[in-house]
Amino acid sequence: MTIEVKNIVKKFGDFAALDTVSLKVGDGELLALLGPSGSGKTTLLRIIAGLDWPEAGEVTIDGEDALGRGASERHVGFVFQHYALFRHMTVFENVAFGLRVQPRAIRKDEKAIRARVKELLDLVQLDWLSDRYPSQLSGGQRQRIALARALAIEPRILLLDEPFGALDAKVRKELRQWLRSLHQEIHVTSIFVTHDQEEALEVANRVVVMDKGRIEQIGTPGEVYDNPATAFVHGFIGESIVLPVDVSDGAVRLGGRPLNVAANGAAPGASKLFVRRHDMQIGPAGSGSLEGAVRHVRSFGPIQRAEVALADSEGKTVIEIDAPRDRELQAGEIISLEPRRYRIFAAHE
Amino acid sequence: MSLQSNLASSTTQLRAYAPKTDLNVASPPSQRERVRPHTAASKRDLRTEPRPIRFLIVALALLFLTVFVVLPLVVVFASAFSRGISAYFAALSEPEALSAIQLTLLIAAISVSLNLIFGVIAAWAISKFDFAGKTFLITLIDLPFSVSPVISGLVFVLLFGAQGFFGTWLQAHNIHILFAVPGIALATIFVTFPFVARALIPLMQEQGTQEEEAAISLGASGLQTFFRVTLPNIKWGLLYGVLLCNARAMGEFGAVSVVSGHIRGQTNTMPLLVEILYNEYQFVASFAIASLLAMLALITLVVKTILERRLDEGQIVSDD
Repeated sequence: MTIEVKNIVKKFGDFAALDTVSLKVGDGELLALLGPSGSGKTTLLRIIAGLDWPEAGEVTIDGEDALGRGASERHVGFVFQHYALFRHMTVFENVAFGLRVQPRAIRKDEKAIRARVKELLDLVQLDWLSDRYPSQLSGGQRQRIALARALAIEPRILLLDEPFGALDAKVRKELRQWLRSLHQEIHVTSIFVTHDQEEALEVANRVVVMDKGRIEQIGTPGEVYDNPATAFVHGFIGESIVLPVDVSDGAVRLGGRPLNVAANGAAPGASKLFVRRHDMQIGPAGSGSLEGAVRHVRSFGPIQRAEVALADSEGKTVIEIDAPRDRELQAGEIISLEPRRYRIFAAHE
Repeated sequence: MSLQSNLASSTTQLRAYAPKTDLNVASPPSQRERVRPHTAASKRDLRTEPRPIRFLIVALALLFLTVFVVLPLVVVFASAFSRGISAYFAALSEPEALSAIQLTLLIAAISVSLNLIFGVIAAWAISKFDFAGKTFLITLIDLPFSVSPVISGLVFVLLFGAQGFFGTWLQAHNIHILFAVPGIALATIFVTFPFVARALIPLMQEQGTQEEEAAISLGASGLQTFFRVTLPNIKWGLLYGVLLCNARAMGEFGAVSVVSGHIRGQTNTMPLLVEILYNEYQFVASFAIASLLAMLALITLVVKTILERRLDEGQIVSDD
């Protein structure tokens, strides 16, 4: 099933939650809507589900107009951040709910409903919990039951709102992998909302980065990480060092001193230089265009993370860099730095 | 339609709609005592008051309760049975008494069922939707609590009385509201309106709309969502509101007294009859009916305690 969203506008009072947003989701995709809170990602998801209505724009699911139908007629599976399980029903009845409320003409008989619920509980590996109540389950279990409940109606598309947001870090990691393999198994077109970039990059086929009601970039995890389209995307995805620079006559200057980086057609004026932490080449003092004193080093795993106070800024600008451990850094050491890979964006962005 | 009685206040006290001023306020210190080692009597437990003061406070509370709550209740039953059991049941089977009991049950049935519907609708509207004038509506719901019941009754006299707003029209069409069952029902509905809505609003606000949204996205219709998801979630709160609403509807004196007209065997409810019989020095009959109201109060109290426990449990379960 494909989903197409065209020029959606949604306002809450004067606040534009979504500002002319358009998006196409292909059949069988697992798409992440990624952005900080207030970026409009959950609102977009709720509009696709029919739980919110836009002021303007179109939503089509598989070529059919969706805005003309209520949420109950859209056949969309929705998984809520806080699970929203029916607290007075057992796990079994929660999963069976969507089957029991079907119109009499197409409703399955009791035996078929039982078989289907059993099958779904097996799918989420929780069949042994079928007689429990939601309050007796852990967060991760509740979320998997919520997913089984949403899948019971054989939804055309599956929408997940911050599905792992309320879980602790370890469970979240496990569920991520589980969700990805589940998606490979059932292959239903899915969109999930998250503010966690790692989660988006790890789970999704494609990532939609949103900010302030607009889409900043759409791309594969590799694309948005390696080629961020805007300063916002660069800053939001992955850890970045941001330096205030000035571009003029094809030269890039930091505090008046030219840097060994190419302007690459960046517009003249105040700009920002974005460098990934691990893209700073470290050399002996005097060998590069940036110099600084190492203030503090922490080593873990394959990297060492160093805080470096840049020399030109009178020690005011402190950046964090990641360096491989083949060259041990010492606190107090003066080193030179050279950006290996970088992007320049205009400062106002 | 006068309120000459000095008994009025004492009978209406039997109503059990008072908010959570429970007896168990006095119990926790005794539990703490058990933990304290007896050998260290000289070292006083500094976490709490000295023993004599604690004793004094508990004794004062118990004394106060005995004088103002238990004693009147005992007096009601003692007076009712003062001439024996047969006199008691004879008083209750008088045609006037039977008619009052019947009328009270009828009025309670009408007002409770209507307020059940209005209350659920009002609570639903307030807790699940945002609209202009919501705060005003919440204030309005509380109005019957802040207005004296006599005023509540008078409002209906001013509206439907012979000199009232609709009076002439009603007379022309031969419709009797005042001094008849509709008037009593209206006054009772007005006075008891807040109970169901008040019990439900905080509960429904706390529960939010997520479960309803989940039900709708699973294909449930509006009615299916209400009966399968919303109603089961609020059932204990709803019962609680209905219970208090019923207690007040049966015990209401002021508002009903103004609109009833005190027609014997026709428009006297139980509280009204208690007053009339008392003023006529028929003490056994008066207290016999009062004892029924007192029993209603006691039953209400017990059921209320059970429901409150259920509600608390429900909240613990929902607290994730």
